[in-house]
Amino acid sequence: MVVGERKPFDEITRMLEGHKKVLVLGCGGCVTVCLTGGQDEVRVLSSQLRMARDKEGNPLEIIEKTVERQCDPEYIDEVQSLVPEVDAVLSMACGAGVQFMAERYTGTPVYPALNTSFVGGSKKEGYYVERCQTCGECKLYYTAGICPIARCSKSLLNGPCGGSTKGKCEIDPEVDCGWQLIIDRLESLGQMDRYEEIMAICDWRSNRDGGPRKMIREDFQR
Amino acid sequence: MSGEIKTDSNLEKILKSGQFAVTGECGPPRGADPEVIRKKCGLLKSNADAFNITDNQTSVVRMSSIASAVIMMQEGLEPVMQMVCRDRNRIAIQSDVLGGAALGIKNMLCLSGDHQKFGDHPQAKNVYDIDSIQLIHTVRQMRDEGKFLSGEEIKGVPRLFIGAAENPFADPFAIRVPRLAKKVAAGVEFIQTQCIFNLNKFKEWMKGVVDRGLHEKVYVLGGVTPFKSFGMARYMAKNVPGMDVPEELLERMKGTPKEKQAEEGITIAVETIHQLREIPGVAGVHIMAIEWEEKVGEIAQKAGLLPRPTV
Repeated sequence: MVVGERKPFDEITRMLEGHKKVLVLGCGGCVTVCLTGGQDEVRVLSSQLRMARDKEGNPLEIIEKTVERQCDPEYIDEVQSLVPEVDAVLSMACGAGVQFMAERYTGTPVYPALNTSFVGGSKKEGYYVERCQTCGECKLYYTAGICPIARCSKSLLNGPCGGSTKGKCEIDPEVDCGWQLIIDRLESLGQMDRYEEIMAICDWRSNRDGGPRKMIREDFQR
Repeated sequence: MSGEIKTDSNLEKILKSGQFAVTGECGPPRGADPEVIRKKCGLLKSNADAFNITDNQTSVVRMSSIASAVIMMQEGLEPVMQMVCRDRNRIAIQSDVLGGAALGIKNMLCLSGDHQKFGDHPQAKNVYDIDSIQLIHTVRQMRDEGKFLSGEEIKGVPRLFIGAAENPFADPFAIRVPRLAKKVAAGVEFIQTQCIFNLNKFKEWMKGVVDRGLHEKVYVLGGVTPFKSFGMARYMAKNVPGMDVPEELLERMKGTPKEKQAEEGITIAVETIHQLREIPGVAGVHIMAIEWEEKVGEIAQKAGLLPRPTV
């Protein structure tokens, strides 16, 4: 899932300066799962904003709403009647959701309430970790299911740098050396021969370097 | 190991003549004053066969490796231009390889580079488009096949003697020899190791290197760094990732009166060199006297490595 963190409250209030009525729009997708942008968070942020603005003697009217997914036209159509009522939308979706809203509702400013952090998963509730940098050319076959691009701090493809100590990365003793994990798993699977193959230079065109990416399922086109 | 001389590098000639090679290191200044390098060159000259010019080491901005190397050559010393993958993509790397070679640089060391987190610009976006092994392969392809990574022909191939680093003390230890094997397969010609303090571990690694016959395909230069003080030894032991300083060396430095610690550090370095010379497969030493360039000559002298041969 896409993991996002809520922006600092001060930054959000600065974005809303000058606005009188806003739509705080949650997303029922990934950010609900990682507890940063769903219905509950919409409620909490809206209350905080109301209180802060009341304290200033500059009340803010808020419409609260959460849709299934903001990265899907079908679902953001649902707020079509609400958007004209407000002078800005504060989206609690990831960056994709914010942009889908901005593209759909061109006449209204759409602001992000979250910082979109990474593609990852939850180790346990409230604890999320990065696992993929969406390079577009999955190498997990060669690396025992552990991604060197996402998990090595230097994204090295051919083994650990000289800074790996006791299984930890040189940048932080709390961070696992991605390559130590790869080697340990290759060893346990009896696949160490895969380490000895030189991994070729990456074709980053499948990453963002080829411009914004798209995927078209021809069978769904009309 | 012998073989055809591929470049005009003095270091290559020394190594291929079978003589025990010595390399040193010079950190460029954090400014545009060339005199800083000229002064260091005065201290280093004739004390080693070639001298590494570091490339923004520890991710701190310094004068560029290529420019510093050219100043070094003006002073009559042979540089080893270091190049890290942190700051350049494959286009900039190949461009700098051509530029360095055109300016007369004859040796290049291929490194991934320290992470920017440690430097003076931790906010920087790193590159790491390719890694050190892929960099070795790139330079080798440029030199021996006369081709860019794109496959297009190079008009005027760069003739560089190709080196890399290896850290026998980093984890996981099990892949430290296979990792060298990958560098050899990629085309590296000489290796400078991380600073050696734990000689037993280094011997264990070298045995693995020799058992695989890698010492017949690559020249291994053991890294030697003198401690200036007990404080420095302790710092290296505790704070430098991938560094292995045994307790007995720390005790030895600690037990030496403060005013004699620098001398003791030099003695340890000299002893280390004597031991390295006895280890099968070691082709030379790389003396890294960090910001202590004036001591390289003394260490080399005491280790019986001077005068340096001419080839």
